[in-house]
Amino acid sequence: MTKEEYKEIYNQEWRKEIRKSVSPKERMAIPRVVMPTVPVEERIHSQRIEVNKGLSLEAAQLEAKRCLDCADPGCMKGCPVGMHIPTFIKNLERGNLLEAAKTAKSISALPAVCGRVCPQEKQCEAQCIYHLKLNKPAVSIGNIERFIADWERESGNAIIPEITEKNGIKIAIIGSGPSGLACAGDLAKLGYDVTVFEALHEIGGVLKYGIPEFCLPNYVVDAEIDNLKALGIKFVPNFVVGVTATIDELREEGFKAFYVATGAGVPKFMNIPGENYNGILSANEYLMRINLMDADDENADTPILTGKNVVVVGGGNTAIDAVRAAKRLGAERSIIVYRRSMDEMPARLEEIHHSQDEGIEFYNLANPIEYLADETGRVNKVRVQMMELGEPDESGRRRPVAIEGNIEEIDCSVVVVAIGVDPNPIIPNSVEGLKTSDWGTIEVDDEKHSSVDDIFAGGDIVRGAATVILAMGDGREAAANIDKKFKSEK
Amino acid sequence: MNKIVSKEQLSSCVYKLEIEAPIVAKAQKPGNFVILRIKEKGERVPFTIVESNPSKGTISIVIRNMGVTRTKLCNLNVGDEIKDILGPLGRRSEISNKGTFLACGNGIRIAALLPIARAMKEAGNKVITIISAKTKDLLILEDEMREISDEIHVLTEDGTHGEKGNFTDPMRKVIEKENIDYCMTIGPVDMMRDCAKVTKEYNIPTRASLYSIMVDGTGMCGACRVSVNGRTKFTCVDGPEFDAHAIDFDGLLLRIDGYRNEESKKLQHLK
Ligand SMILES: Cc1cc2nc3c(=O)[nH]c(=O)nc-3n(C[C@H](O)[C@H](O)[C@H](O)COP(=O)(O)OP(=O)(O)OC[C@H]3O[C@@H](n4cnc5c(N)ncnc54)[C@H](O)[C@@H]3O)c2cc1C
Ligand SMILES: Cc1cc2nc3c(=O)[nH]c(=O)nc-3n(C[C@H](O)[C@H](O)[C@H](O)COP(=O)(O)OP(=O)(O)OC[C@H]3O[C@@H](n4cnc5c(N)ncnc54)[C@H](O)[C@@H]3O)c2cc1C
Ligand code: SF4
Ligand code: SF4
Ligand code: FES
Repeated sequence: MTKEEYKEIYNQEWRKEIRKSVSPKERMAIPRVVMPTVPVEERIHSQRIEVNKGLSLEAAQLEAKRCLDCADPGCMKGCPVGMHIPTFIKNLERGNLLEAAKTAKSISALPAVCGRVCPQEKQCEAQCIYHLKLNKPAVSIGNIERFIADWERESGNAIIPEITEKNGIKIAIIGSGPSGLACAGDLAKLGYDVTVFEALHEIGGVLKYGIPEFCLPNYVVDAEIDNLKALGIKFVPNFVVGVTATIDELREEGFKAFYVATGAGVPKFMNIPGENYNGILSANEYLMRINLMDADDENADTPILTGKNVVVVGGGNTAIDAVRAAKRLGAERSIIVYRRSMDEMPARLEEIHHSQDEGIEFYNLANPIEYLADETGRVNKVRVQMMELGEPDESGRRRPVAIEGNIEEIDCSVVVVAIGVDPNPIIPNSVEGLKTSDWGTIEVDDEKHSSVDDIFAGGDIVRGAATVILAMGDGREAAANIDKKFKSEK
Repeated sequence: MNKIVSKEQLSSCVYKLEIEAPIVAKAQKPGNFVILRIKEKGERVPFTIVESNPSKGTISIVIRNMGVTRTKLCNLNVGDEIKDILGPLGRRSEISNKGTFLACGNGIRIAALLPIARAMKEAGNKVITIISAKTKDLLILEDEMREISDEIHVLTEDGTHGEKGNFTDPMRKVIEKENIDYCMTIGPVDMMRDCAKVTKEYNIPTRASLYSIMVDGTGMCGACRVSVNGRTKFTCVDGPEFDAHAIDFDGLLLRIDGYRNEESKKLQHLK
């Protein structure tokens, strides 16, 4: 959106009125709304209870009142996809929730998801004037976005998108994570005949197999998938493109373009002694067993490893999700082992706070160097090298340096390794001429176009492990460019 | 949904199921496997594709009735449906005319050896087969193996069928007598380890097909990891076959039992 376009929306009569209806001083005096949560004792025994309960309409509107509707809003610049934040907030304030939902949906394909999982404190909320200039907590943008999207879903007034006349052009989307879903939705609305192929038995990518239900319940994702099905999109689970059928074979079946959104799902290990002992597993394995195969349910067939002490290695969202899952499976001690300090942890702040409430222990400035096992080959100790913070590295974070001779041991019977993921190699390995970087990510131009004419790509397979909102944004951009390609060929 | 179109009992504890899976049947090559899930809340479990019939759109798997999912599978009947089948997974076997091929199989895993031995025969190799099992009841697909072999040795550990004895004795005899160019060993870990030891002595290139614990089968979980030549590999995407002389069989043996206690509990539950 250009500055002029924004100005026009900004200067609509209703908007001016709502701005004037309350003085800035009064707005600034309202304290930031507190998201109500399920009490720790209640939530700590289930993987399936969402911690955040959501805001009431009154609370959401009160929070909306705090927003000063800045003429040059920082929040929008902080959002990676340029959400029209003040526009949806002011619509909420005046009680036009449908318009608020429409505004959010015009930018994000998945506002109910992003409202829940975006690292707001690093993005939109980090650039809010409250935080930047007023020395007050930012407007609770994520919570408002979630409220609006949940309201739309629950009200039964779901916005029915307009669909352009069907054009019969077959497009294949490979991978059903946020990026693939966003691209599929836009292309279907533009009239394309869209099929989404997914390797796993569930649709949703990380939203289903990775992020636990206590952060993002499945019904929220399923509602989005149902909307996409209503648009006529076909979903084919249990189908690994490149293995079950190659892209060439799909071309023969009439697919005219491909959007590769296969994610960064390959777990990294540290390659330290003892890492292949039993009881040591990747976060993907641990979370998949629970999220995808119901291993937390005693009646399900899939087993899961439990233990008195569970150590999770890493400091990102995945590590925090895994350590909280371990607590919910009954671990007495669930411990994060992370090589930097608390301040450098990349996980979402809200989740770190929730995990502290839940009694998660943090063993910071510690880096595993070896695992020890009992006579059956089951891990029983992790040896960690204690660290201190040195000079900042390229990422600007202070580099952890080993403190010579300072090695400690932690007793544990389960270790979950969550130190990051690599790009999924299946498509790069199976398509000739597809250019990739040294790290295995697919290289694309500004239009998400790869080195192969009919292949576009986006999300984690292009960016490496990134975020839901960026993956979603890539999917929408790719859809627009795929459409442009076909329109220009006509 | 994938319908079971035929069921055959191969021995008192081994069954063969033929299942509708047209896309997998079309793409299958020797060495491939599938991951299936019987129903909602089911477990994802891998099975070797023993044969496929692309025109009929079916694949066949052979199952021993122990363990939670395998027992449940063996209890299914013609007409029942299996919710999810993913495949064909894993790297295909390298099939070419190498000269004389020694095929070693033990127990239920003879099922995984059959499609490879058959393809090697069709590629022009002389096929010498040694199959064995603990006891007669666990020895399967003998007729099928005999049909594609130029020479076959059958043994059981307890002598209830064929020769009685240890796998490595006939192996050594065959190797002393014949010029073996290539060997494939498929069976329990200790059997494969023993085979690999023998062929290593004679410098015969040897592949072993591993049956690690798996979850997704697409390289996303690392449950199936195994150390080969000192480097961690994922059995589902890098295997299931590896150079038998480079595999850390001891590590594999430990990892394969990684969920034994948990599985036993579930099995008690089932009974
Ligand atoms: C545990 C965990 C927690 C996270 N928490 C957050 C968070 O709180 N906030 C946030 O913003 N981000 C979070 N992330 C990161 C975020 O989930 C990812 O950046 C995002 O999901 C990437 O989306 P994507 O569509 O590119 O790929 P994915 O979501 O990874 O989806 C890719 C899909 O493609 C499928 N696939 C792969 N290869 C093939 C093939 N050949 N054929 C068919 N299908 C294939 C895969 O099975 C998968 O389902 C988290 C990630 C994890 C793992
Ligand atoms: C590539 C590949 C191909 C495979 N192909 C085949 C195949 O073709 N056919 C086949 O049958 N399997 C095959 N397997 C093995 C099979 O997938 C695994 O054994 C899987 O774990 C079976 O799942 P389950 O739930 O039936 O057994 P689980 O419940 O996982 O059974 C294993 C556990 O059962 C218990 N158990 C084992 N034996 C007994 C017993 N006699 N009495 C009581 N408890 C016992 C133990 O606790 C053991 O750890 C293959 C595996 C791989 C990786
Ligand atoms: S999409 Fe994410 S970053 Fe953007 S406004 Fe919404 S919560 Fe903030
Ligand atoms: S920066 Fe903050 S106060 Fe200003 S418009 Fe954005 S949310 Fe409202
Ligand atoms: S089964 Fe998950 S990586 Fe091999």
